[in-house]
Formats: sequence, C-alpha cells, structure tokens
Amino acid sequence: MVGLHKSEFKNPVINWVDTRLPLFTMMTKEYGVFPTPKNFNYFWNFGALAMINLMIMIVTGIFLAMNYNASTAGAFDSVERIVRDVNYGWLLRYVHANGASMFFIVVYIHMFRGLYYGSYKKPRELLWMIGVVILLLMMATAFMGYVLPWGQMSYWGATVITNLFSAIPVVGDYIVTLLWGGFSVDNPTLNRFFSLHYLMPFVITGVVFLHVVALHITGSNNPLGIEPKSSQDTLPFHPYYTIKDSVGMCVYLMVFAALVFFAPDYLGHADNYTPANPLVTPAHIVPEWYFLPFYAILRSVPSKLGGVIMMFGSIAILFVLPWLDTSPVRSAKFRPIYRQLLYVFVVVCITLGVAGGKPPEGIWVVIGRVCTAYYFLHFLVILPLLGKLEKPLPLPESIANPVLTPIGGGPLPGGAMAKPMEKM
Amino acid sequence: MSATAHVQGDGHAPDHSKRDFLKLVAASGAAIGVGSLAWPLIDSMNPSGDVLALSSVEFDLAPVPLGQAVTVVWRGKPVFVRHRTPDEIKTAEAVKLSELGDPQLDSDRVKAGHEQWLVVVGICTHLGCVPLGNKSTDPRGDFGGWFCPCHGSQYDVSGRMRHGPAPANLAVPPYAFMSDTRIKIG
Amino acid sequence: MSLNRFTLFGTLLGAAIGLGSVTPVLAAEVELPHQNWSFEGPFGTYDKASAQRGFLVYQQVCSNCHSMKQAYYRNLAGIGLSDEQIKAIAAQVDVPTIGDDGQPTTRKGLPSDHFKAPYPNEKAARAAQGGALPPDQSVLIKAREGGPDYIYALLTGYSEPPAGVKMGEGMNYNKVMAGNQIAMAAPLSDGRVEYTDGTKPTLEQEARDVTTFLAYIANPEMEQRKRLGVRVMLFLAALTCVTYAVKRQIWSDVHH
Repeated sequence: MVGLHKSEFKNPVINWVDTRLPLFTMMTKEYGVFPTPKNFNYFWNFGALAMINLMIMIVTGIFLAMNYNASTAGAFDSVERIVRDVNYGWLLRYVHANGASMFFIVVYIHMFRGLYYGSYKKPRELLWMIGVVILLLMMATAFMGYVLPWGQMSYWGATVITNLFSAIPVVGDYIVTLLWGGFSVDNPTLNRFFSLHYLMPFVITGVVFLHVVALHITGSNNPLGIEPKSSQDTLPFHPYYTIKDSVGMCVYLMVFAALVFFAPDYLGHADNYTPANPLVTPAHIVPEWYFLPFYAILRSVPSKLGGVIMMFGSIAILFVLPWLDTSPVRSAKFRPIYRQLLYVFVVVCITLGVAGGKPPEGIWVVIGRVCTAYYFLHFLVILPLLGKLEKPLPLPESIANPVLTPIGGGPLPGGAMAKPMEKM
Repeated sequence: MSATAHVQGDGHAPDHSKRDFLKLVAASGAAIGVGSLAWPLIDSMNPSGDVLALSSVEFDLAPVPLGQAVTVVWRGKPVFVRHRTPDEIKTAEAVKLSELGDPQLDSDRVKAGHEQWLVVVGICTHLGCVPLGNKSTDPRGDFGGWFCPCHGSQYDVSGRMRHGPAPANLAVPPYAFMSDTRIKIG
Repeated sequence: MSLNRFTLFGTLLGAAIGLGSVTPVLAAEVELPHQNWSFEGPFGTYDKASAQRGFLVYQQVCSNCHSMKQAYYRNLAGIGLSDEQIKAIAAQVDVPTIGDDGQPTTRKGLPSDHFKAPYPNEKAARAAQGGALPPDQSVLIKAREGGPDYIYALLTGYSEPPAGVKMGEGMNYNKVMAGNQIAMAAPLSDGRVEYTDGTKPTLEQEARDVTTFLAYIANPEMEQRKRLGVRVMLFLAALTCVTYAVKRQIWSDVHH
C-alpha cells in the first residue's frame, strides 16, 4: 500500500515525520494505548527486564570492547587493565559479567512464568518458539563471552564445549578443527569468539524484535489464561504497565547493583583469575551457574554422543512443548495437578543445577541421572497424559468478571452479565 | 487485537496535584539515574590510569648537535628539541611582535639561561601534521624553522607561526631542566 | 482421587527439595577459619597500616620468588604511601631498556613501572624453584576459593608432616594446600620481617598483613566501588519507593 500516513499528531514536526514514517503512530499503538490484560502480576515484569538487560549488556559491551585485546597474549592483561586503570572500567566489567547472570535469572523466571500460565499454548506457539531461539542465542553468546577474559575456566570451558561437536559421527573432528581454526583452542579461536560475541547481541536484538511483534499479534497471556473479551478486561499499556514495569525495574536494579558493587565475583569462579594454561586443567571445571543443569544432563549419560544429544535435546524439546502439553487450559491456577508437577519439575531443574556443580562422583551421578530422566519424563510423558487425565477447575467468565464457569458449563444467567461495572 | 483500549478519564482524580508531584519526582529521579549512568561510560574513554602515569619523559640533551633538532616521543606525540646556534637565537629575539600572527616573545618560549634549547610539540597547529626541519637537509621554509609539507605553514627558529594556514605557534610543552644537559618533559 | 495425588506430589516435592539441599562432603576439604578483615562488608576499607606492613612482607619475602606483574609501583599510593616514598621504592629496581646507543641497558624504576618480577620468564622461575612455578600474586586473592581466608590459612598452615605421611622430595606439609604437599617452604615465621611501626612481627601478624596487602593489590578499586555502591543503593531505594507510590496512584482508579 503506497501513500502517506494520515497522522493525528498536533505537533507539526512530529506530524511531518509521522506522515512520512509513522513511527510515532506505531509507538503509540504498540506501547501507548496497546490493550493489555488488566490482571498482570509482577511476573509479567520479566519480559521488559530482559529487554533492559539486553540493552545494558550491549552498551557496557561496546565500551569494554574499546579496551579489550583479543589475543592470547593480551586478553587476560587487558581485562585486568580495564578493572585497574580504565576510568570506571571495573564498573563496566562487573556490570557486564554480572549482567550475564542477571540476564539468565530474568529469562529463566520469564520462562517459568510462561510454563506456569501456559503462555506457550495456542495461539502463542510461535511466540514461545522464537523465545527458545533467543535462549539458544543467549547461551551461545554467554559461552563465547566467558572465553574472552582468557582465564583457566575460559580456556577449559571453550575446550570442553567445542569438543561436544566432536561427538558428531564422521565429520565431528573436522567441525571442531574448523571451530578452533587450529588444533587446539588458541589465538584464532579467541579472535573469532570475540567477533561473534560482538555480533550475536545484535542478532538477539533482531529476534527479540520478532518476539515482540509476535506478542503484539496475539496479545499477552495473563494469570487467568483466558483471552480478554472486552475493553473492561484490558488497560492501555501506558501508563499502567510502563509504571508497573518501572517498579520491577527498580527492584531488579537493586539486586543487580548489590552484586556489582558488593560481590562482583560471587557468581564467578576463582580459577578464572588464573591466566589460561593449555597444559594444566583445573581440578574442578564447571561452567557458569546458568549452564549447570544442562551440564548435569550431559554428564548423566555415559556415552559421548548420547550425552551431547540429551543435552541439546533438553532445549530442543522446548520447541515442541506447545504440542506436548495437551491440556486446553492454560493457567496452572486451574490445573491443580499440573501446578504440583511443575513445582516438582522446577525442583528437579534446580537439583540438576546443584548436581552439575558437584564433582561427577558418588551419589551425585545417581541424582543427576534420576533428575535427567525426570526432566524428559515431564515433557514426553507427564504433559501429554496429564492434559487428558486432569480435570481442570472451572474457569472465570472473563478477566473483569471473576465468576467461575465450569468447563463445558453453560453461559452465566443474563442478570449477572447485565450488571453494570462500577466506575469503569 | 479486536479489543479496544480503555483509556481512563484523568479529570476526576481528586488528588491530581499530588499525583503530578509524585510523577515529577519519579521522572526526575529516573532522569538523574540515566544521566549518571552515562558518565562512567563517557569517562571510560578518557585517558586511563596507566596512560596518565606515563605522562612525563626524561631526555638527555648532550648528543643533540648544534643547529639540529631531534624528536622525542611524549604522550605519543613528537616533541622537537632544537639546539639553536647563537645566530638563530639573535634572529629569533630580534623579531618584532607586530610581525607575528600569534605574538609571543622568544624569551617566553625558552627557559632563561638555556636559550640555545627550544622545546616544542612537533605538531602543526593547522591540522596536526608533523612539520619538516629537524635535519639541516630538510626544507625549513623562509624563516629557518620548520616547514609543514601538508599545507605549507612555516615556523621560525622559535617555533612561531610566520606564514600559512596555521593559526598559532608550535606549542611549548611543560618541561624543566633537571641539569644543564637533561630535561624532563611533562 | 485428587486428594491422593496431592499428597503424592507433596511428598515428591518435599523429597526433591530435600535432595537439593543435601550437600554431602565428598572430598576431605579443610575448613578455612574465617578471619575478620577490615575490607569485608559493604562499608569495608583497607587497614592501611596493616597493608603497609604487608608490603614490607611482600618486599622482603614474597617478591624473592613471586611476580606481581599486573600491579604498578604507583598503586602503592592506595595503601597510603607518599609520592616520594613510591619513587624511592621504584628506584630500588633496575628496569631493562634500550639505551640511546641501541644496546640493552637498564634504568632506574619509576612509579609508572610494573612491579619487577624476580624471574624473566616462567622457565627461569621453574628452573630456579626446582620445577615449581610460584604463582603471580596480582590477583592471587581472587584466584583462590576462599580468598583472603585461604591465603591466611595457607601461610599459617605449615607443620611437620603427621606420622605415616610420605612427603615428596622438596615438598612441605601444609594442612590447607590441596593434597597437603606444597613446594613453597614456610615463608613466614615469628620475626621474619622487621616492622618499623613497633608492631610485633608474629607469624599470624605477618600473614594477616601480607594478606591485606595482597587483597588491596587484587582489588585496588574496592574502596571506590563500595563507596559508589552505597550511594547507588540509597538512590535506588528512594527511587523504588517513589516509583511504587506513583504506581499506586496510577492504579488507584483501576477496579480489580
């Protein structure tokens, strides 16, 4: 469709721009008056927080890159120089390092929100799948970023993770050599990881854009898991959710700041303050905390290829989650058994994380295996069956009208519907 | 997206002014926060501690032959140290201030008692090229000092701008004589 | 039916939580007794007198074998030494350079120089130390699990090997070191260094002082970081309150 946009803005400059490029109309539509379910709880902050976090990472990353030296001889020293001598370099570095952890905390809670309230269900399947793509990209970015300080954990993490690809039959070893640009993790590897680590956040930004576009097509899910029926069920995004997101952001920034200023190395590993040494592997090598559950799954399978498949499978399975969960009801609020099982699942994931951080010996191997089995059981067996067996609680008529209707029950008596809403 | 937005009427709120005040406080708080976030980012681009620590350099004058100049690196920039002949000193001192585009006495550009040593930052004040003239075989322009090959600026034996697009004299860096044959620049 | 399931899932949940919190001790890890450090907590600062004594310990003992190459002499300003003192300390070392004649020579150290390493490279260090490499001390505090408590415990953890423990050649018994064998002989002892401020140089005092010094060297930005952090937290706390109040106001006319 060709033609100028008919802008309704009064300001002549804004009107002039908006007529030719309706950015202001779009922003008003998508973030100003955008009808948003009125019953969000604070779990719905985490999408906005993830967006803020991405921006923080990109900005601090750009300034860190101005002082970083991507070479095996200079990387460790340049990071130390950033902390010691660059003005506020310590702030940039600690914000960026802890920002990675904060990003995963935020995104994991965001995902839990999706699981609890069934946000992945029709018609939001694609929205969820784009989210899983973002998670994968984040993992790749975080992994490559962790290599850059070129400490012992950087080096051995890079070695172990790139070696995962050697499990691929026939071509595995060639792929690993290709990734390394040599016959071990070395200068070419560090250089390309830096290049890709700088690139990927912009790819993530693009996919986040798609995520938001898809969200604005389907509209947001809400704690009741039922679609808004009328304007009484929704509020304009601004100012109601801009201010609610701001409250969440302040709290989030406090947690973030507490880490950065008072415990900047708390989530890191001491061994990464020892420069990379290709000849000595540290006694306990563990990935960053946010990878530990997946690391536990990898170690639970006593076969190289099997472990790698299970580990990637544990994320790949999220792509088909919308079809594995057969229940027509979204929110766990109305699925008592699912709710209990989801808590069990969360505990299993946390236990996997704990197991991933322990040396792979004794009871932890057993615990890791049991939890790995349960992880897949949850998706492949429990969810498909539960949707058929579980009897959901009655759903409310609408968001604004919390009268319960049993599933399959008839509509409410006309009197209740006709009752005028107070104030609104 | 069939649902339409339900926009609230603003007029009926009884505590309108209180709300506006709170909003103002919150908005200015946020603005202050974002503003102070910008400073560490900008400041990180300023010279860092290790760069500032290297801001002085010592130089031994003894090997510089009469009538020639050598280049010393100070803060990554060339500094010309010129051993001037008595004739050159006389010429430089005789110049009238009215002849100069950027009037400055020769005595203000050297240290008293060490007039034979001229120390200037070897960067043309026009657009940052390094002028020629340190070696006696270099073109030194019409005034016996330096000649900038980029746009033809000319400097005299006191490093003063005499001709061409350059707007100012060659800068004199902060320096001090440690002894008769040793200076510390910076 | 659902009641039964509830009970079952409740039990499962409880069991899983229980599992998650169990942390059996697998390796015989030595407990590091916690020392009270001046630089702990959100308001912690370095005890400058202790750090200065620690520098003496570093200078007279550690620096004979350990490098500290990320740190500069000018960093000593952070433990309260004056510019003149720092210049004098730096001038005690010779720094390799290229002379005006193009030949390698040395010059006196400057505050802008890195701390001089005792050995020119890793091979030289190993050769002189019977094959063991004394680790660089720039960020040693951060590079060890337990940080300052670990360093302190290690320095004070030497003893004769218990009966029946067979020691490797040139190794020393230390209850904190992984495997209990360490190539470094006990570096500190009562009276090992002479303090100029009248403090009694006991083993514990020396260990405490040098740990404080190394903590400073590893985190020279800490005092600035924590000072700024306190201000940022106060600001954010205030902003959170105001934002929450605005949120309440805005949402006050929404009927739940």
